[in-house]
Amino acid sequence: MTTILIRGARLPDATTTDLLLEGGVVTERGTSLSHRDATVIDAAGLLALPGLVDLHTHLREPGFEQSETVLTGTRAAAAGGFTAVHAMANTSPVADTAGVVEQVASLGAQHGYATVRPIGAVTVGLAGERLSEIGAMARSRAAVRVFSDDGRCVHDALLMRRALEYVATFDGVVAQHAQEPRLTEGAQMNEGALSSELGLAGWPAVAEEAIIARDVLLADAVGARLHVCHVSTAGSVEVVRWAKARGIRVTAEVTPHHLLLTEQLIAGSGDGGPYSHGYDARFKVNPPLRRDEDVQALRAALADGTIDIVATDHAPHPIETKECAWQEASFGMVGLESALSVVQAAVVDSGLLDWSDVARVLSRTPAEIGRLAGYDAPFEVGSPAHLTLVDPSASRVFDVDALRGKGLNSPYLGRTLPGRVVATIHGGVPTVLDGELRSPEEVTHG
Amino acid sequence: MRHLLTTVGLEHDQAVSILDVAEDMADVATRAVPKLPTLRGRTVANLFFEDSTRTRLSFEAAAKRLSADVITFSAKGSSVSKGESLKDTAQTIAAMGIDAVVLRHAASGAAEVLAGSGWIDAAVVNAGDGTHQHPTQGLLDAYTLRKTLHGDGSRGRDLDGVRVTIVGDILHSRVARSNVWLLTTLGAQVHLVGPRTLLPTGVDTWPVTTGTDLDAAIAERPDAIMMLRVQQERMHAAFFPHEREYTSAWGLDDARLERLATDTIVMHPGPMNRGLEISARAADSPRSVILDQVTNGVSIRMAVLYLVLSGSDPREVAA
Repeated sequence: MTTILIRGARLPDATTTDLLLEGGVVTERGTSLSHRDATVIDAAGLLALPGLVDLHTHLREPGFEQSETVLTGTRAAAAGGFTAVHAMANTSPVADTAGVVEQVASLGAQHGYATVRPIGAVTVGLAGERLSEIGAMARSRAAVRVFSDDGRCVHDALLMRRALEYVATFDGVVAQHAQEPRLTEGAQMNEGALSSELGLAGWPAVAEEAIIARDVLLADAVGARLHVCHVSTAGSVEVVRWAKARGIRVTAEVTPHHLLLTEQLIAGSGDGGPYSHGYDARFKVNPPLRRDEDVQALRAALADGTIDIVATDHAPHPIETKECAWQEASFGMVGLESALSVVQAAVVDSGLLDWSDVARVLSRTPAEIGRLAGYDAPFEVGSPAHLTLVDPSASRVFDVDALRGKGLNSPYLGRTLPGRVVATIHGGVPTVLDGELRSPEEVTHG
Repeated sequence: MRHLLTTVGLEHDQAVSILDVAEDMADVATRAVPKLPTLRGRTVANLFFEDSTRTRLSFEAAAKRLSADVITFSAKGSSVSKGESLKDTAQTIAAMGIDAVVLRHAASGAAEVLAGSGWIDAAVVNAGDGTHQHPTQGLLDAYTLRKTLHGDGSRGRDLDGVRVTIVGDILHSRVARSNVWLLTTLGAQVHLVGPRTLLPTGVDTWPVTTGTDLDAAIAERPDAIMMLRVQQERMHAAFFPHEREYTSAWGLDDARLERLATDTIVMHPGPMNRGLEISARAADSPRSVILDQVTNGVSIRMAVLYLVLSGSDPREVAA
């Protein structure tokens, strides 16, 4: 395995240091380090962040390999500075047995671009009727700790209660996709004046908030952990804030796009720019883009800790499912490659979060929630060498070349975003160097 | 005018001018040979992904009176039922050489997507997209209002101070949306009436007044009352208990017809559910302009096809 010497990187706490990485771990930290055989990375002017951890990724394999595979999805992750991703269960077959989760985890390990932590389905086939083999998945080689029917809500209250209790048996967590199904039948975008004008069926905020309110009360009643996926409304933030104040064990995530984009994009700007046309299906996502008031509330909640983490909900889709009329299009956006830049644009450059906060919301806390070891003491001697080097002063027009998975359904194409990932190191192995993804052979052989 | 997609953003003078061009087109209908050579050699494609015989026939009649060639595509029994997309259908028809597409689609925004996508070069006229817009319906309603109120002196005039009450399923109505923005741009005051379940969220931000009481709205003696069709699929989706309750609260029945001010005109975009949102007597009464709306629809569609295919600003044509 390569020995790497990183010279002069600025850490999230604003100190500057050299780091020596050997055998997949940090072996020395200090100034003026040297090593005869090391590959030297000059990190002057660069920021070192702990390897980013995504708690919400759709890798699509098995079953939807035309959209993404474990290989292409983890390449996208590496390009975005991630060293670990949690792969959602809505594959085909669904990840509801030990066999499927072990397959996904081993594909990740084989490719080496990032640690792949499979998420197990809460219910068989995501059908919301019977619990899936949660214990078998937890005890499998994939050691699943996060369970989710993401894409669907566990809406049956009794089943949700049982899931919370049963998952707690294995120190796991249920990650709920909070969407009351009846209130969102046929829903296309955030419900409000704009959906009414555009004639698109509304997706009311209450459909999310009502489920979160119910679930935090259930979690309280049974004393289990609950994680809320992709919180998108100001009202949801209030519910989570209340639950935390009450001591309920709830964690919450927000996506980068809900921190930056609003429903107004669906109307089209008409200015000839990248967002000129109305009904551009790249902005169709579940949960939907909301109002500016919601975006501001989500940013504030991330800053004050009400929302614990940022997770991408990276959702690749083939081109034809977005090149169509709005209500015929698929929900979802790719997000791994753009996440860090979008977080920088939304909450760092505006002064709400500093880089140590970013390290917390994009690495340490998501690893804690997912019970992923090795992310609690980044840059310390003896810790696994998962890190990413970023040039926060860069500015770039985000284009299709920046997308390294199969999905081109990014809402940021044509938009100028700050920051650039220069290098990503996963377990001591560079997956990105000089801003370029390394080849599968280079990554596999370290 | 490159496309006609929505009435939102249509400027006052532009709207008046389209109505004026339609006046010229209406004059053609009174000639011995009611036909103009204007669009000879041009081809208009009617792309109807959703069934609508009357709108399709109206556009067909309009194109033919302007001597355009018309090809018609209906989704029923076509490749769309085999999964062909809007993009492929539009590109296939466009490859046959067409100048304008008249698009009817069940998805809101379909016309805007087609016009903005760069998939085809042809002009796009929205003939109804989901629950969004049906701009030629709005224009023909504005034309009918203007003609009924101002007669031969209509040219150049708008709808300043005209009070229009629209009744029924506002939530799902592209007719209502088209009218709200067009009529208010032309100076009319629009009042929307229906049960709370069928008034859209955020309607308070629209340039209208709203209410739930049809009798109170009738007592205000509006210049026109427009009854919207109640779609079959709303009947069992908890928007209201049943048809009879709807009719008793929001139907223009005979008793309400009696109480209507003598100069209030009755409008309906068709097709009507007689006995549900409108009684037969109301539909057939002398104050009903429902058939005039159909007649004027052809003139409006002639004007719109002419304007998008000549690429003219309507203001220059009308002047």
